[in-house]
Amino acid sequence: MRARLTPAVSEIPGVLKRHWRLVLYPVGMIPAVWLVWQGQHGALGADPVNVFERSLGLWAFRFLLVCLALAPLRRFTGLNLLRYRRLTGLLAFFYASLHLLAYVGLDHGFDWSVLWVDMTHRYFIILGMSALVLLIPLALTSNALSMRLLKRRWKFLHRLIYPAAILAGIHFFLSFKTLNSVSAPYLAALALILLSRFLPRSRTGNGV
Amino acid sequence: MALFRYPRPLPSEITPRDMYLSRRSLIGGAAALGAVSATADAATLQTHPGPYSGNLTPTPHEDVTHYNNFYEFGMGKADPATQSQTFHPLPWTLEITGLVRKPVRLDVEQLLRSPAIEERIYRMRCVEAWSMVIPWDGIPLATLLKDADPDPHATHVAFESIVRPAEMPGQTEALSGIQWPYVEGLRLDEAMNPLTLLALGIYGETLPNQNGAPLRLVVPWKYGFKGIKSIQRIRLLDHEPPTTWNRLAPDEYGFYANVNPQVDHPRWSQATERVIGARSLFGATRQPTLMFNGYGEQVADLYRGMDLRKNF
Repeated sequence: MRARLTPAVSEIPGVLKRHWRLVLYPVGMIPAVWLVWQGQHGALGADPVNVFERSLGLWAFRFLLVCLALAPLRRFTGLNLLRYRRLTGLLAFFYASLHLLAYVGLDHGFDWSVLWVDMTHRYFIILGMSALVLLIPLALTSNALSMRLLKRRWKFLHRLIYPAAILAGIHFFLSFKTLNSVSAPYLAALALILLSRFLPRSRTGNGV
Repeated sequence: MALFRYPRPLPSEITPRDMYLSRRSLIGGAAALGAVSATADAATLQTHPGPYSGNLTPTPHEDVTHYNNFYEFGMGKADPATQSQTFHPLPWTLEITGLVRKPVRLDVEQLLRSPAIEERIYRMRCVEAWSMVIPWDGIPLATLLKDADPDPHATHVAFESIVRPAEMPGQTEALSGIQWPYVEGLRLDEAMNPLTLLALGIYGETLPNQNGAPLRLVVPWKYGFKGIKSIQRIRLLDHEPPTTWNRLAPDEYGFYANVNPQVDHPRWSQATERVIGARSLFGATRQPTLMFNGYGEQVADLYRGMDLRKNF
């Protein structure tokens, strides 16, 4: 028998293993809380709304990339973290929604005349909005009940993440005036993840 | 008018702000000259209020000097302030050449002591839809151009910035696609407009490196990217010169780049602008963008009869 500290402490790893969601969802929201805190304390610089809005978008894109990377990660390394796909996908949706809210509310003050023109005329905005719209059905069906009800169609539906990621990638690229060393690694990661689907499966891999 | 070419330096014109420098050592003109050229810190400029300043409240010094674009020092808004500290703006020579009768080579250290330097508090509207109010100190560009005596065939003015990859890390960023040097241009009548300023300072002090030391262009009715920084060469031409952002994305950045709330950038609206200086996320404001950035009275005539949607 292992040496025990106190019963309560020794149970923590087991509890965390079973209820990791209780930890990881709040952890995933730390960047959002941190950004709001910084924004209220003048730590986002001279143009806080712009930094806030862009940072939320970047976090959405980061979680989307991690979500997409989990399948190729298992295929090429055998490391199976697929159970975190729902977590990372939902966090991507959470940040994308906050990103939209910041753009509509904080940046444009719900000025619908400006927003309507943006959403109907500007390919940059349309691309970002489309990516978010594609994520909505995925977020809504990211539960066991939907999986049971939709059966094989669920998997087909959730392939929408690929067009969503491509649209988000172009939107992200366009959010800078030029290509640069900040945006290039993210775009390269997206390209790599998407291309990896077309690589031959390894003999030992399980396939996804 | 060539006062700035043969200035008579007065101690009061060159006293640096820095308190650790003893005032006594600055009384001699030669000592003061050394003090200005040797320190990278801002030095006080002898300046006086000029026209066109209007009733504007300047954006805090901290924001003017720590939030701006200067791609030679990096792509981020904070990069210019953090990455420009090894740049040496002095000594510096400004050339005015091309279609002029009297080509000029100006010693900028002398220019910094010119009694012609005046303060202009101007609105600054960035093409990215944010704005500031900046108290510039400088000399109207027309004063310098008249001195070079433009040839009657000259129709445009081309500006060229400096290339110093060792001191300007942004110039080694290969991905951006920007060709160095940064180049800009104006029509000659725009360059001669009394609003057009060659700025040598802000807030009564020499320009910080990140804001375009030692001298830069300020064209307040145009988007900020027209305000080329750290200018080395000015050439008068008989044709429109290429300009950096127009070369990169001609559908997004025109040669004229006049502030115009009715002509949107393809990716965002130009009808309104975020006002810099709020500090708090929920206290930030947007304001309507003014035609010609509010300087229509002075410049609208330059564009009479032109289709500003086509010539954006």
